[in-house]
Amino acid sequence: MARVLLNLPRSAAKGSVIEIRCLIMHPMESGFRPGVNGSILARDIITRFSCDYDGEEIFHAELSPAIAANPFISFTTVATASGTLRFTWEGDDGFRQTETRALTVT
Amino acid sequence: MTDRRTLLAGALLALSLRPAAATPEDEAAAVRAFTGGAPLRAGRVELDIPPLVENGNTVPLKVTVQSPMTAADHVTAIAVFNEKNPQPQVITARFGPRAGRAELATHMRLATSQTILAVAAMSDGSFWSASAEVVVTLAACIES
Amino acid sequence: MTWLLALLLGTALAQPRSGALDMSRELQALQADDSANPGMLWVQEGEALWQRPEGRAAKACADCHGAAPASMRGVAARYPAWDTASGAPLDLAGRIQSCRSQHQQAPPLARESEPLLALSAYVGLQSRGLPVTPPEDPRLAPARARGEALFRERRGQLNLSCAQCHEERAGLRLGGSLVPQGHANGYPQYRAEWQALGSLQRRLRNCMVGVRSVAPAYGAADYVEIELFLAQRGAGLPVEAPAVRP
Ligand code: HEC
Ligand code: HEC
Repeated sequence: MARVLLNLPRSAAKGSVIEIRCLIMHPMESGFRPGVNGSILARDIITRFSCDYDGEEIFHAELSPAIAANPFISFTTVATASGTLRFTWEGDDGFRQTETRALTVT
Repeated sequence: MTDRRTLLAGALLALSLRPAAATPEDEAAAVRAFTGGAPLRAGRVELDIPPLVENGNTVPLKVTVQSPMTAADHVTAIAVFNEKNPQPQVITARFGPRAGRAELATHMRLATSQTILAVAAMSDGSFWSASAEVVVTLAACIES
Repeated sequence: MTWLLALLLGTALAQPRSGALDMSRELQALQADDSANPGMLWVQEGEALWQRPEGRAAKACADCHGAAPASMRGVAARYPAWDTASGAPLDLAGRIQSCRSQHQQAPPLARESEPLLALSAYVGLQSRGLPVTPPEDPRLAPARARGEALFRERRGQLNLSCAQCHEERAGLRLGGSLVPQGHANGYPQYRAEWQALGSLQRRLRNCMVGVRSVAPAYGAADYVEIELFLAQRGAGLPVEAPAVRP
């Protein structure tokens, strides 16, 4: 189970730009690192992270092994209407996780 | 398990990326794949990364691009590349006018001292860039 | 005596200096920003564990201690502390373990396990910014004195004591890294080298292995003794848990 810290306001004025900051607990095992027995640890990274705002994708990023363990991603969006932001991250071995946050726009 | 790892004299470090580095050609190819071969222009992009890094495992990085972020004129993508990690790509983020601002921050890994390149793709098809040199020092007391 | 020695050696132990001040501006900013400090992931996990009933008693930490921001404020700042039940000093993780076994009647968590780190980080956070305040409990004195002796004892193939680096060479460079005074005010801590949260004992093990000595097993009395001494020499420093270090 990956834990995630999503930092964004619960409410915002219409038309304002809000900052969204995400921390995801994940080793981002690079696939280049030797383990204790000397053999290379299999790659295990988050490859894609995205954010939908009421169903429309407003941001996505492709990640590589050069992203630090416990990835941090920060970006912005315009608060257009009250609705749901859906964060999805997926990666090696077909894993995929989703979290949602409600945003009230006034 | 201490034998592989030495302190002081040799001061070797165990970074998560082995220094089997990407070549400048690899990086150029990765940039070309992003730009489609269009020229890179210097400017409009600000790359904020510490010049001196005590440990390459977690290096804060921020890219800010000057753009009105309107439907007619916005940043469509920001990509970050490196020279000497095993692979040249760091992150590629897709933007639209709904972003409001063209800003991206993350934490990256640096296998060793090198130059980092940030490239922004604009809605008019132009590409802008900034680069920064980062010196990575060696960790001393590392894991057993 | 220690002070005199420190003065003679030209170090400023009279004014302990947090390792945070020896980091780059960027890492300092990372530590200070709860939305970017990866240690906060463990804090969040700890907050969830605080509420979760465990063991045969089926009790949560919260059932006995209530809201941590009130009940745990200042607690981490005064550990290690004397434990009457076991007649020995306990560090914060040891204290949490004892609540688990005595009060929750749950099987012990391994030292350095994720849940124990998470709970320690959550409890530690409640003392953030408060000064390290080692208890003036005379029962702690013998263990603290042993801790100081361990701190000054040369060890390993490199034949170096903790003091030789953290007093005599503090502020100088070792390889690429600045030698800090070696304080314990930021634990558990997100160390970039580990790419994870780790305990003070893990950090001490790194320094022991660094001089090519054999580190005692996790939980050994040696660590709690050194921790007691470290708390005393770092008294007054602000608690930084969960700190970030290179
Ligand atoms: C059944 C009640 C009970 C439960 C459940 C419990 N504790 Fe305690 N805790 C105590 C008591 C009583 C003390 C005082 C010392 C003692 O008697 O053990 C204490 C002391 C402590 C202290 C030291 C406080 C100080 O001021 O020195 C900490 C830290 C602590 N508990 C953390 C925890 C955590 C974390 C959990 C959950 C994993 C937990 N406790 C679960 C009853 C409980
Ligand atoms: C060879 C020099 C050396 C010796 C000997 C040494 N250390 Fe360290 N220690 C360091 C360095 C350098 C760091 C900073 C981190 C790094 O890059 O490894 C450090 C970090 C620390 C820290 C972390 C400080 C912080 O801000 O979180 C503590 C605590 C510590 N040492 C305690 C000890 C103890 C206790 C001993 C003896 C058992 C010891 N050290 C022996 C070099 C040493």
